Amino acid sequence: MTVAVDKTKCIGCGACVVECPIEALDLIDGLAVVNPQKCNDNGKCVIVCPTNALSLPNQPDQPKQALDPEAGSKFDLKEPLPDTVKDYAQDNQKKAISAQVTPVAGGDVWSGVWVIIEYSNGKVAPVSWELLGEGRKLADSIGCGLCGVITGYQVDSVIPEAFAYGAEKVYVVDHFALKDYRTEPYAEAITSLVTKYQPEIILMGATSMGRDVFPAIATRVQTGLTADCTVLGIDPETKLLQQTRPAFGGNIMATILCRTSRPQMATVRPRVMAMPERVEGREGELIHEEISFDETTIRTKVLEFISSDAKSAFLDKAEIIVAVGLGIAAKRNMVLAEELAEVLGATIAGSRGAVEAGWLTHDQQVGQSGTTVRPKIYIAIGISGAIQHLVGMETSDFIIAINNDPEASILKVANYGIVGDLFQIVPAMTAEFKKRLQHGVAN
Amino acid sequence: MHFVVCLKQVPDTSEVRIDPITNTLMREGVPSIINPYDAHGLEEAIRLKEKVGGKVTIVSMGPPQAKEALKKAMTFGADRAILLSDRAFGGSDSLATAYILSSAIQKIQETDPIDLVFAGKEAIDGDTAQTGPGIAQRLGFPQLTYAIKIQELTETTVTVERKTESGRQIVQAQLPALITVEKELNDLRYASLPNMMKAAAYEPEVWDVKSLSFDTKKMGLKGSPTSVSRIFAPPGRSGGEIMDGTKDPAATAATVVQKLFQQNIIMVNPLAKGGKS
Repeated sequence: MTVAVDKTKCIGCGACVVECPIEALDLIDGLAVVNPQKCNDNGKCVIVCPTNALSLPNQPDQPKQALDPEAGSKFDLKEPLPDTVKDYAQDNQKKAISAQVTPVAGGDVWSGVWVIIEYSNGKVAPVSWELLGEGRKLADSIGCGLCGVITGYQVDSVIPEAFAYGAEKVYVVDHFALKDYRTEPYAEAITSLVTKYQPEIILMGATSMGRDVFPAIATRVQTGLTADCTVLGIDPETKLLQQTRPAFGGNIMATILCRTSRPQMATVRPRVMAMPERVEGREGELIHEEISFDETTIRTKVLEFISSDAKSAFLDKAEIIVAVGLGIAAKRNMVLAEELAEVLGATIAGSRGAVEAGWLTHDQQVGQSGTTVRPKIYIAIGISGAIQHLVGMETSDFIIAINNDPEASILKVANYGIVGDLFQIVPAMTAEFKKRLQHGVAN
Repeated sequence: MHFVVCLKQVPDTSEVRIDPITNTLMREGVPSIINPYDAHGLEEAIRLKEKVGGKVTIVSMGPPQAKEALKKAMTFGADRAILLSDRAFGGSDSLATAYILSSAIQKIQETDPIDLVFAGKEAIDGDTAQTGPGIAQRLGFPQLTYAIKIQELTETTVTVERKTESGRQIVQAQLPALITVEKELNDLRYASLPNMMKAAAYEPEVWDVKSLSFDTKKMGLKGSPTSVSRIFAPPGRSGGEIMDGTKDPAATAATVVQKLFQQNIIMVNPLAKGGKS
């Protein structure tokens, strides 16, 4: 008998391979494969599998009860198992997963939740405040402090804001070398704070800056990093940070743990976490950290910054989006969407089909291979709603879809779905919006 | 000049579906492609080679069948392709993957100094955007992410236009450097017949764990600090109100617009002339 792998369920996470005490499992081409010569049906892999892809065929109904809690001790192990393993075999499944924590160098030294506050070109990225709100919840569930980190040049105006949004302590590195964002000095500043003060968790927005500097820091301190999280939580037993993010282009959600190293690092998608309450005049501890930078050793120079209006720079910042799909049939019909967008002050976007047809450019594409958007209003015109499109827009606050196919998937995620001819409905909507907005008639 | 391109074979995620009954990922029959962003990195490397001379080396990590992606990549005009393939690499997260790739690039560099490394801004299966920067840090190269234009390449520097939320940053870095690219950087070419014939006869080199002086503790599952603890289907969105707009399109359109105003989803600008009374 050997453990059976359901290849349609296996996600190739490797949890079973790590778990197997006798190395009978291997990951081959991204799927778990059992070596029947080695497998002795101890079933440990079955327990840890997050997708229930593994089973013991001879005991299909009760694979978990069939476990012998002492089974682990029978094997001649190459490596001693951590002590924690001994007690989890007698406990429940959840414990089994959480108890894998390998002792971390530094032990309890790593403490506190940090939020890196993104400040560039005189502006704080709002996601920084959202993360102080989320960080507060995490710090409370662990029972530790919440700190803000501000790196930049002439950042004094930001400090009271960080306290107002909930930081108890603020670390500041204020230096001319940090005037413009560059990976090297920013990574150096944050890395030196991290190694000195040893936070347990560090968060930053999944912006172009966060997604540039965090991998550099994680590599320097040799720890795990989870990108683009949409849900964070703390495991009540292990106090590990549960980092949930969309994977496979949003087709599944995966919860990632960083068990074996500290700090636990995550970037978080903007506008997913709620903005916390701002308390004017709140105070806290301020630590100015002096770091000297040698400009001659920094190998990058910012020559110029060309600011562009947010609408054209990044689709994911748009408040209102008018998106078109293949249903508009021809490029000349783009005018329907453009007129509607004009009236609403909206940004034009579209499906992959519309981009491939040449009606739009790639940076206007919404969806998995394009941009994920979360506007206040998303108006989908002639978009059928393939899953790849839906994952990129279904968290919009309000969705209006116009499609002639009553079975179109887009209608299933729409707050208002209109079945009908877009060539008649869209101009009528444009006219109606124009009338009300120009005359200020709401009802 | 010597350009190295990091390239990943990925499942075409636009073809990945969820099984509606079991709610699991259906991967059978999903074609494998070159990660689209990496393809643009390769394109840029080949353009620069055509302009300034030199050669293009492709490095990839993956299972043995990823050779197909490398052979395909060779049809665009690369000179050398190396596949890093070993079971010991399996299950690596982005930290471990960057370690393996950077070790290989270091080995290439010993005999053939490198000027620029290209990578896609992210891979479409993982979307982490972490491997490129991880490689740059390990190699000690400056990293320039989200590049949309290479403005200038000299013997010692590269000047790149980077995309950020608030605008475009023009950055100059000393060589050697690593650049991760957006699709806007260039338009992909079609393979030329001579290159296709050359590629058909080309066999990518395969390096395994023994080919390099790897620290095996830094790779694979054991070298990966992060691991998946759970996967689940994304929360669905419940449907709203469906209206039939086939009979009287204008009236239906007007009704929807009216509802949007009534619910304050769209608000009349209070400064508009004759604002709401």
